[in-house]
Amino acid sequence: MLQYIMRRLLQLIPVLLGMTFIVFLIIRAIPGDPAVVILGQQATEEAVAALRESLGLNNPWYIQYFEYLKNLFTGDLGQSIRTRTAVNEEIWPYLAATFELSIFAIVIAVVIGVNAGIISAWFQNSWFDYTAMVLALIGVSMPIFWLGLMMQYQFSLQWDWLPTTGRENVRDPVNAITNLYVLDTIIQGRFDQTVDVLRHLVMPGLALATIPMAIIARMTRSSMLEVMKSDYIRTARAKGEKMFWVVYKHSLKNAVIPVLTVIGLQTGLLLGGAILTETIFGLPGIGRYIYEAISSRDYPVIQSGILVVAFIFVMINLIVDILYSIVDPRIRYS
Amino acid sequence: MAEPAKQLEPVQHQDETLPPWKEAWRNFKKNKIAIVGLSIVTFFIIVAIFAPWIAPEGINDQKLSERLQAPSSEYWFGTDDFGRDIFSRVVHGARISLWVGFLAVVGSAVVGSTLGIIAGYYGRWVDTIISRLFDIMLAFPSILLAIAVVSILGPSLRNALIAIAIINVPNFGRLIRSKVLSVKEEEYIMAARAIGMSDFRILFSHVLPNSMTPIIVQGSLAIATAIIEAAALGFLGLGAQAPQPEWGAMLSASRSFLIQAPWTMFFPGLAIMLVVLGFNLMGDGLRDALDPKMKT
Repeated sequence: MLQYIMRRLLQLIPVLLGMTFIVFLIIRAIPGDPAVVILGQQATEEAVAALRESLGLNNPWYIQYFEYLKNLFTGDLGQSIRTRTAVNEEIWPYLAATFELSIFAIVIAVVIGVNAGIISAWFQNSWFDYTAMVLALIGVSMPIFWLGLMMQYQFSLQWDWLPTTGRENVRDPVNAITNLYVLDTIIQGRFDQTVDVLRHLVMPGLALATIPMAIIARMTRSSMLEVMKSDYIRTARAKGEKMFWVVYKHSLKNAVIPVLTVIGLQTGLLLGGAILTETIFGLPGIGRYIYEAISSRDYPVIQSGILVVAFIFVMINLIVDILYSIVDPRIRYS
Repeated sequence: MAEPAKQLEPVQHQDETLPPWKEAWRNFKKNKIAIVGLSIVTFFIIVAIFAPWIAPEGINDQKLSERLQAPSSEYWFGTDDFGRDIFSRVVHGARISLWVGFLAVVGSAVVGSTLGIIAGYYGRWVDTIISRLFDIMLAFPSILLAIAVVSILGPSLRNALIAIAIINVPNFGRLIRSKVLSVKEEEYIMAARAIGMSDFRILFSHVLPNSMTPIIVQGSLAIATAIIEAAALGFLGLGAQAPQPEWGAMLSASRSFLIQAPWTMFFPGLAIMLVVLGFNLMGDGLRDALDPKMKT
């Protein structure tokens, strides 16, 4: 097991180095003088020269790259041009918001998706099966930015059930400890705020969960159908086991590996979807952080934001791979 | 008394001689959902081709006195904040979305397949370099990589198309590489080598045609993804710019009028969803018909 983990970690090194190189190229690949592009045509020569110096643009590219790597290893992600604050100091609250949203979304996707898939397989060819699978087909084709807008219109603007944007009630802000607001409000015993934070998470969470939920439902259904045809399931039923336990205990346990694969893949992909969801719902997450940086040409933030998200994405994929190898030891030897 | 044995009908083997594309079409036709997908895609292609004749008004015909009109017999999808007919803009938007989806996928298929073929055929360090490059590109969430590319090139529809093509390259590359790895061990490739055929000719006359099936399947599914990615970039203001009638950009503009004019948001989004659904259903059907081993 340890050997497998070590092998996977070693394989990651060139990928991580490559990622840093691509991110490093973001500023260097800008056509023209990056300092002029960042500061605008009206910038004074002194300001342009100062920015070139601070970005290290006067050195040969390979020196710049090694400087960049050295800074990364010391935890220096650069300084935001807009806020003049170190990126590693200001990035955590944004990351925390994205984590909270992604965890909420994946929980919704797994709970609803897996159960919908199980019930569809259990009652194959029933109206529930057809409805769930048609919805799943629509779900995988759904542009989440459209779904988000429709939810905002219906649940917020028409019915006034849920807040339209933001992460918290601005008149009663959360006292941040970890910046994971659900956790913070629970630690502080402010359960009224917990409810409020959860209400803010419902729409973005559902919008973000839609595609993974649909994919998980389809995968669970097909995997369950295959398992439910096996002899040991027939035996369990013949022995008089209640159908509920046959499905949820015997079948699900054996149908779970492909479902886990999909859950793992989708968890990583949620990070990409979070950028769109955060923009629609005005959530101050990492996606919105990068998006705003693009609007104001804050390239150090764009670089570091993209690098951090990609790093997390790679780490999630690594953890998922290791989890499979625990669930299915054959993977370690393939 | 035992019944007399029935005369067995001779087994018909008419289909054995069917050319592969005919057999694939026969399999595809049996799949009703795939036919629904094909119909949706055909519908949007017809709309895109005949857009100037279908759309009752021009994409930028403004009637400020009729701004934000609800759907009616005169304006089927209503009007936007400039009094432009949304139906006409959605119809013209089909051209942009299909064109972007198609071009981005063709671009990524050509580049990805070429790299994949080279990596798979030559192996060793060439394969290592190209495969690591694919790994690195796949290490980024795709929309994030697209945003990175657009942030370098600047926001425009053309640059969004380039970004989408780039992010899809490794998907094609990996697929073709694995196909080439199995094809190159076939006897006819060894025979071609033995008679002194050049690598270039072997690659493009033998290896590529025999690796086409996964490219077609992946291509049809990738168009759906590319359309959604283009719309997402348009929505974020990084793709098509006003006044182009791109569906994502139209959705983005509709956000300011969500309460007064929800139809400005509804119809462009519905168009994206339908066309993506069509390509997804058709792609699934193609996969099952052309390459049942790829079926998930």
